[in-house]
This record gives sequence, structure tokens and C-alpha cells, in this order.
Amino acid sequence: MIIQFICRAILLGVPLLYGSTGEIITEKSGHLNLGIPGIMYVGAISGVTGSFLYENACGNDIANMSPVLAVLIPLLCSIIGSVLMGLIYSFLTVTLHANQNVTGLALTTLGIGLGNFLGASLINITKSELPSIALTKTSSFFLTELPFADKLGWFGELFLSHDFLTYLAIIIALVATFVLNRTRVGLNLRAVGENPATADAAGINVPKYRYVATCIGSAIAGLGGLQYVMAYANGVWSNNAFGDRGWMAIALVIFAVWKPSLAIVGSFLFGALCNANNYIQGLGTETQELFKMLPYVVTIIVLIITSMRNNKQNQPPASLGVNYFREER
Amino acid sequence: MSTQPAIELKNITKRFGAKVIANKNVNLTAYRGEILSILGENGSGKTTLMNMISGIYFPDEGQIFIDGNEAVITSPKDAFSYRIGMIHQHFKLVEVFSAAENIVLGIDEGKYNLKNSTAEIKKISEQYGFDLDVNKKIYSMSVSEKQTVEIIKVLYRGADILILDEPTAVLTPQETQKLFAILRRMRDDGKCIIIITHKLHEVLSLSDRVSVLRKGEYVGTVNTAETSENELTEMMVGKKISLNIQRDEPKNAEDRLVVNKLTCVDRAGTTVLDDVSFTAKSGEILGIAGIAGSGQRELLEAIAGLQHLSSGEIYYFDPKTGEKENLKDKTPMQIRNMGVRLSFVPEDRLGMGLVGNMDIVDNMMLRSYRKGHSAFLERKKPKDLAMKIIHDLEVVTPSASTPVRRLSGGNVQKVLVGREIAASPTVLMVAYPVRGLDINSSYTIYNLLNEQKEKGVAIVFVGEDLDVLVELCDRIMVIGSGKINGIVDGRTATKEEIGLLMTKSKQEGAEDANE
Repeated sequence: MIIQFICRAILLGVPLLYGSTGEIITEKSGHLNLGIPGIMYVGAISGVTGSFLYENACGNDIANMSPVLAVLIPLLCSIIGSVLMGLIYSFLTVTLHANQNVTGLALTTLGIGLGNFLGASLINITKSELPSIALTKTSSFFLTELPFADKLGWFGELFLSHDFLTYLAIIIALVATFVLNRTRVGLNLRAVGENPATADAAGINVPKYRYVATCIGSAIAGLGGLQYVMAYANGVWSNNAFGDRGWMAIALVIFAVWKPSLAIVGSFLFGALCNANNYIQGLGTETQELFKMLPYVVTIIVLIITSMRNNKQNQPPASLGVNYFREER
Repeated sequence: MSTQPAIELKNITKRFGAKVIANKNVNLTAYRGEILSILGENGSGKTTLMNMISGIYFPDEGQIFIDGNEAVITSPKDAFSYRIGMIHQHFKLVEVFSAAENIVLGIDEGKYNLKNSTAEIKKISEQYGFDLDVNKKIYSMSVSEKQTVEIIKVLYRGADILILDEPTAVLTPQETQKLFAILRRMRDDGKCIIIITHKLHEVLSLSDRVSVLRKGEYVGTVNTAETSENELTEMMVGKKISLNIQRDEPKNAEDRLVVNKLTCVDRAGTTVLDDVSFTAKSGEILGIAGIAGSGQRELLEAIAGLQHLSSGEIYYFDPKTGEKENLKDKTPMQIRNMGVRLSFVPEDRLGMGLVGNMDIVDNMMLRSYRKGHSAFLERKKPKDLAMKIIHDLEVVTPSASTPVRRLSGGNVQKVLVGREIAASPTVLMVAYPVRGLDINSSYTIYNLLNEQKEKGVAIVFVGEDLDVLVELCDRIMVIGSGKINGIVDGRTATKEEIGLLMTKSKQEGAEDANE
């Protein structure tokens, strides 16, 4: 029961981990990308579209599908879709100096609209009775467990039974931690987010760093959307099922005080909090809704604590949300 | 000292826009193994000149030679490749990084290994006698430590021509002595050090040669050993130029504003105003002279109710009733409600004075919106006032509904001064009202001030151009490091006298530290 609860929490937490790792990398460059919910949504629908086309091309017969292609096609489609969103964001804010908050919110609206449009179109093509598309064949490839997972009892279930995107999320978060703290690129990136004028004077190409960080961050966040559809929802896409996970990912960035390594723990905690209502007996619907609020309450508490402690290390990047343009000469 | 100049400037000219000439035909030579001071008043073009060497600006005319070869420096990166490093007045450091991280930032060579870099930084520190904890974060450092990081940052990149822009402005006398010892060690090591300053005693104690700039033009270079404070002052302020600004005798001067033993401490705990006492009289222009940042801004803000006083009083004498009121610790709104007609033209025009994104009419309304009686804004009167100011002061603008940030500096200033004068003040405080303005606009402002003086307004004029101060003001108060160094009669005072008063207290401080 407890093992099952933890596994469920991890499964729920992984999309948030992708989203917040992506957003942390983006924010470290000084971009407050509020388009993350939309980008995750686009990442999901792009992957769904890719695998839908592939399944159709194979005549909807699992025997014809190559496992490698079945995984790679959605993965690439997802990355292309979310990088395009990241490019739009960077172009508007870096090149055209548009306001970051407005751009981000617009991208969220755009992303969700685009996702629902594509989703509804695909549902129309299948002429399905249900308002959803089932890509269970593709999903089964994504959900392949490690071969010896079920032989090791609770240990196997807890550590080895997850889909590969879960492990990838943790690896990406750890790599991001390493790159941010231990490499020159990470140092330069953090400098760009803290004080772009100083970075510029030190010879760092600020626009380039902001573009690249935003696009990589978007690609990672988009994978969260894909993981949600392929692993959590077993390949079933229905419009708006993704819910407010994108916003929760942004809340998780604050909870993790801009550290991807902390986001790993935080995402599982958020997953557990989201899921707790299903494991507590005798809750009415209204109390269940209160439980769903918990991740946000925890985030607010973290915000209060970090601002009260006045520790300069655990603060957002100093130039977060501020566009940089070198003074006119 | 070698015979081959490390850096040579020939006929450098730099303009900003069509009218402002920051540097004109400047020639300058600096050798290795020497400390060269660039001396000049505020706005004499020292920093602009040095920014051209360090790649921030590009000269419009003239050439730069490094070690005898012509150099084209278009970016800070180019400057580094010529081994030129500049330490700016405003530090360029990332607050949450450690000293070491800041020093290696942006260097793109070899493997990233902070430990090796740290060892190298320590070697540099020991060589020149710096005292620095490389792992300390910038936000927990004192100003002097931050400056050390900036200097090492430049040395780490291999610079052997170092430019320091007013490095002592933020240091205590003890820290200044320490810095000078390090600079001398670097000079003995064969580096070329250029230091920008306007403090005469520092020039005399530190440098080998002094080059003087005045209003963007090169005046000359002298050997420090063969010069004196008086000679340098004269080179710096120049011979008296007649500007022919009208100046009438004050009529019926009576006390309007009495400031008594005013002391202010800023958030960092530094005393910015120290025991300041003076009287501003009606129908007279009181000039305030001093090096930038000596407490002028704080003084005006304290009177306007924007700065908290630690001690002291500000009394206002109402011209109608003759009543005496204390303005201490009142907000600007309370001061206005007391019937005190105080107008303030701050130094930061588009920050404190006007709202850049709003048009002229709306900016007029900022001062009058409380006057209406209905729930809606009264737009007619502000509009009339805007049209009147545009017409009377010849403001060049496409229309009254153009955002003020799109106007040129002079026109912005006219709008601001016009609005403040329209409130028919009894006390008018202006800070650097002609900064960045061309001659004609400047005279328009002088005439406006004289008109107000005629009407019996007490005017407090903070200025930087001593030529203007001695021609316009009835009395001139000289402020230095938050203290009053003296109040002189504007009709008899000379620029040299004021120049010496301006640097007085700093000198005493430095001498104290030597003892």
C-alpha cells in the first residue's frame, strides 16, 4: 500500500519535475517564462500527433511497429514542438524586447488552444465515440519496465518499475545541477540571469545564452507533457486532462529555490500531496478539493520562509523578468 | 619609466548628439612604470575619455596608439586583448557569486577549474599585497573589498594598462592609503596606471604626472614634483570667463528657510549630511557648490520631506503671516497642506520629476490633480498650463500629448521647471537644472530663475559649473562630504577660492589618516 502510494506519487511528480527543471534553466538566464503550462501542453500534443501518425502508418498493428521508432518519433516531435514555443518566447523578449510576463501568459493561452485544436482534430479523424485518442500501443513501449523489476519484490517496484522517462527526468535534473554549478557554461548562464550588464562586460553573449537556455528549458518542460500522456495516462489523450500541472511546475521552481536537485524531491512530495486525498478514507468531494490545494500552500510557506530568512543564496536570479538591452551608444 | 609610451591618444574627439562635445582634440601620453592622474571637474570629460580607451565608446575622431602601434578598440573585449583594464566607478560584479567566480567570469580558456584559478588569484594577491578572501560572496563584502575584486579581475586577465575611475570616491582614508600602496607596487612592477580623480591632494601624493582636462579639452600635463595645488586648481577651473548672466541686487531679502544643524544618516549607516546650517532668503539665489555626491541631493530631499533627518530642524517662515513652521519629518503632502509653497526640480528629471511615459498635460496634472472637486479629473486647466509652458518656454514638441521621454533633455527640463514655477512657489529648489542643456536653453533657465528671484522667491541652486555659480548666485555655499565648508559672497568670490573650499574637508580627512 505504501509502496503503491510512493510509486503513484513519483508518477504524478515526474511531469512537474520536467516542467520545473526546464523552468529553472530558463529562469537562471533571467527569463521568467510563464508560458511553461502552454509549452508542456504543446510538448504533449506534438508527441501525441507524432505517435498517432506513426501508428496509422503502421496500420495500427503493433507487430509492424519498431520499438525504437515508436519511442523516438513522439520524443522528437515533442521536442520540436516545445523548442518552437521557446523560440517564439525568446524572439519576442530578447529580440523585440516584449514584456516577459505578457509574452509568457500569451504562450500559455496559445499552447493550450493549439493543443486542444490538434487534439480535437485527431479525435475527429479517428471518428471515435469517446472524446479521446488512445495510443496504447505507443504507450506500451514507453512503459516497458526494466527486465528484472518484478523479481525483486518491493525494492524492484519502488526503484526499477518506472517508465524510462521517469529515470530520464531525474538524470536531466542531476545533469542540470552539475552544469549550473560546476561548469563554465553554468557560471556564465547564472551571471546572465543575475546581472546581464556584468556578463556582457565580461564578454558573454547575453542574447545567445538567453535564447539557448530558454529553448533547452522548453524542450525539457515539453517532455513532461509527453510523459504525462504516455506514462501517466497510458497513452490516452483527452483535451484539458493535463490540468494545472504547468502552474504547479512553476510553483515547484520556487519550492525548490531554483535548484534542480531539490526539484526532484519536491516533485515527488507534490505528487504525494496531489494524491493523498485518494488514500485517506471518508473524504467528501469538498475536502478532496482542499487537499488538491496543498502543493500551493506548501509553496507559499516556502516563499514566506525564504524571504524571512533573507538568505541571498536562495533567492530568484536578480534580473529575473527583466529584459536586457545594452545602452545605446 | 621607459621612453616608449604605453598608450598615446592623438586628437581624440567625442560628441554625444550634435551639440554636446564631451572631448575635443585631446592628446595624452602614458608610460609604463608611471602613475598618471587625469584631473578635472565634474563633466570635464575624464570618464568619457577613459571609456574610449576601454572600448565602451568609440572616438569620433583621432587615434589611439598602444606601444607605438595604432589600435582600434571597439569593445571591452578588444581592450582586454590590448591588455587594457578599467575599474569602473560602479562595480560590475555578480552579487551572489564568490570573488573567485567573479574574477574568472567570461574567460574562455582551458578547462573550468575553480581550484586552479583560485591558486592563481592568490598568487596575484600576494604579489601586490591585496587582502582578499577568494571564497567570500560579493554581497557580504565591503565597498573596498569589492574594489579589490575588480582590480584583481583586471590583473587576472593580464592587463598592464590599468585605468581607475575615481577609485577613492567610495573609500575611507585608511582604505585609500592601502590602495595607493598597492598602486605604487604595481607601478614599480612596470605597469601603466591611469587614475581619474578630482582630488588635488591625492594627485599630489600619488602620481608622477598630471594631465588636466577642462570642459572636454586638454589643458596640459605637468610633472607632479614641479607643480603646486594652486597651479593645478587654476588649470582645472581655468581663467574667469564672462558669461554675462544677469544678476540684480536682492530686494527686501528676509529669511524664508532656516536650516539648523541638520544631520542625516543613510541606510548603510554613513553620515551623508553633517551638522548643516544655513539660511535661504527671499529674493536671492543661494548657490550650492561641491563635488558630486557630497550631500547636495540629500540636502534638497531633506527639505522637500523625502529624507529622514537624524537631528536638526528646518524652519519655514510664511511670507504672509510671518509664522514660523518646522518642516522636520513632514511628508511632502503634509508640507503642502501646511500652505508651504515649495517647488523642487530634482536632479533625476525623468525619475523623480516627471513620468516619462505620460504626456505634458498629464505631467502637469501630477501637481494639480487634488485641486478638483468632482470625481472626475479636471483636464482643462492642466492643458492650458501645458500649452502656456510650450509657448512661453519654446518647448520643442510635436504636441502636448507627446510622452515626455521622447523630448530632448533640454525640453524635458523646460517642462519640469515650467511646471514647478507655475505653482508660484515661495521656495524653489533646483538641482543641476542646466545639465546636458545647450547654451540657449541654459540661458532660458537662468532667466526663469531670475524672474522668480524678482518675485521674491527664495531660490536654492545646486550647480556644477563654477563659472555659472559665480555669475548667477548671490551667495554660494560650498559643501564637501556632507559638511558646509564655507559660504561666500557670489559677487566677490573667485572660482579658485570655491575650488579649494570644495576639496577642503577631504584633505583634512586624509591628513588625519596619515598621522
